[in-house]
Amino acid sequence: MNAAAEVALKPAPRRSRGARLLENRNVLSALFLLPSAAILLVFLTYPLGLGVWLGFTDTRIGRPGIFIGLENYEILWHDHVFWLSVFNTILYTVAASVLKFALGLWLALILNEKLPFKAFFRAIVLLPWVVPTVLSAIAFWWIYDAQFSIISYSLIKLGIIDTPINFLGDPTLARASVIAANVWRGIPFVAITLLAGLQTISPSLYEAATLDGAGSWQRFRHVTLPMLTPIIAVVMTFSVLFTFTDFQLIYVLTRGGPVNATHLMATLSFQRAIPGGHLGEGAAIAVAMIPFLLAAILFSYFGMQRRRWQQGGRD
Amino acid sequence: MASVTIRDVRKSYGSAEILHGVSVPIEDGEFVILVGPSGCGKSTLLRMVAGLEHITSGEIAIDGRVVNDVPPKERDIAMVFQNYALYPHMTVRQNMGFSLMLQKAPKAEIEERVKKAAGILDLTHLLDRYPRQLSGGQRQRVAMGRAIVRDPQVFLFDEPLSNLDAKLRVAMRAEIKELHQRLETTIVYVTHDQVEAMTMADKIVVMHDGIIEQIGAPLELYDNPANLFVASFIGSPAMNLIDGRIKANGSASFETAGGESLALAKAPAASDGRPVVYGIRPEHLRLDDAGFAAEVVVVEPMGSETHVMARLKGGGEIVAALRERRAFKPGETLRLSPDRDLVHLFDKETRFRL
Repeated sequence: MNAAAEVALKPAPRRSRGARLLENRNVLSALFLLPSAAILLVFLTYPLGLGVWLGFTDTRIGRPGIFIGLENYEILWHDHVFWLSVFNTILYTVAASVLKFALGLWLALILNEKLPFKAFFRAIVLLPWVVPTVLSAIAFWWIYDAQFSIISYSLIKLGIIDTPINFLGDPTLARASVIAANVWRGIPFVAITLLAGLQTISPSLYEAATLDGAGSWQRFRHVTLPMLTPIIAVVMTFSVLFTFTDFQLIYVLTRGGPVNATHLMATLSFQRAIPGGHLGEGAAIAVAMIPFLLAAILFSYFGMQRRRWQQGGRD
Repeated sequence: MASVTIRDVRKSYGSAEILHGVSVPIEDGEFVILVGPSGCGKSTLLRMVAGLEHITSGEIAIDGRVVNDVPPKERDIAMVFQNYALYPHMTVRQNMGFSLMLQKAPKAEIEERVKKAAGILDLTHLLDRYPRQLSGGQRQRVAMGRAIVRDPQVFLFDEPLSNLDAKLRVAMRAEIKELHQRLETTIVYVTHDQVEAMTMADKIVVMHDGIIEQIGAPLELYDNPANLFVASFIGSPAMNLIDGRIKANGSASFETAGGESLALAKAPAASDGRPVVYGIRPEHLRLDDAGFAAEVVVVEPMGSETHVMARLKGGGEIVAALRERRAFKPGETLRLSPDRDLVHLFDKETRFRL
């Protein structure tokens, strides 16, 4: 008699209560979920909850606050700097996202063509994404410097302007400058992701469209764009979220200046909470970002819903 | 409807020439099939007719007009792709009407032509579905519908049946042939499957390594293969090819390398001792006590006939398609006799038919 048969003949031993509990699917899955649930709780839910709670208190640095209801929000409602930061954030997000999308798509379309040194160019495109934000922000700080700006220098040498441009000193120019820096940094993400999307489109679809009589614009309009919409929805949602919550670039370049012209909600929140010491008010500003972010997420939720043509099976 | 003329067409990618000057005349309304093993250049040739590949040298004319530099959309051709290339984000109706929409045809006309094509292909009840919601065979029909709607001068098919299962392939084969008989439009069709070529074509073009081996009607290729390649490519199961020599002193015969002697109806003049390849189709062998001996290796009963793979005495294997309903056993020795009038002889050097 072989070993397997012997095992099979033995009566099953009575197992302890604990061992039987471990066999239970629900208990086991709860057990496996525990570590990640703990991490989420400690590092995500707790800080978020604390932030929301702080927004309802008058906590300052070094002094535990008391619950003051919506007072922080009432103050913010009448605070023109807060409203300016809301305006700045929306302007920053919309302008940067539109530019990132347009330029990113354009780059992706170019990189998807047959061109020499393709791998090299693709690597180059990724560079701004690879460099840490603070580093590139410092580089831009130099580029935008009131005296040593390379742009001003070049333009003066070319005889186009006489005096250096005060990039970060003038409110309009400062806004345009930080948007440009953000676009520069955000393009690779959009371009590479859209490129990945483009490469999933079968070349025979383009050939079929060509034979059907479509020119290059019609191929883009009727094949590329519709096939790319699902990935565009995902990429732009992420891009909007990243841009809306941007902090590092502004903090390094302008700290919100000149005269709060580039203060975003994230930088203002930090400004009021840490250097300003008003933790409660800072938290309230941060909490005020939540409705905007939720709106963006809901928009993408409906935008990203699988389109009817993507669904498999029969109806 | 139009004729297509392919004249001394060559195609190179860099320094590698993959089509070495091919010429194919295709008459108006003809169903021509380009067949050959993968890599023979047949798909490239088709794509050059479509205008999807540049013609390195030579000439392609559609209805008498040289189209070398005419963009695809002005060639008045429609193509059915191997993977169907249906636009996934469009319904069947939109897929079929896409080319007409691009031409800015009136909505009513598009609708009417789509309906008509859908009627021909039995797609009417699927018009509002998306490609994802269709089976392979239905997608195949939509791809053909998209071509029919345009009412082109020439249909091009690039291995359209290779993604279908065996049973559906047989059904679609009949459907395409029927479609051709109904529309009478010129069809150029590419496949690697010689059965598809044999069953559907008016004319078969056998290609191999960038050259044309033979052009002819299906039975012409079957009865008179011009060379060893065509002989081995056309017909299923493939023709048996045996190396040996001709013996022409007295009565003509063929001697295999193993020393077996097979009688010939006649020997080519002055060919005594000439090394040749002897070809006999499996279906032209029959059981005969006076025949040569062969030991059964594998038996494949097909129902209507039985394919017996047997080993010759002096080495080499031979397949016989026998109609006798008899139990053949591996190891058993059979005596087979070839139909003397249906033997093909090929020169061993030139590989051409003698």
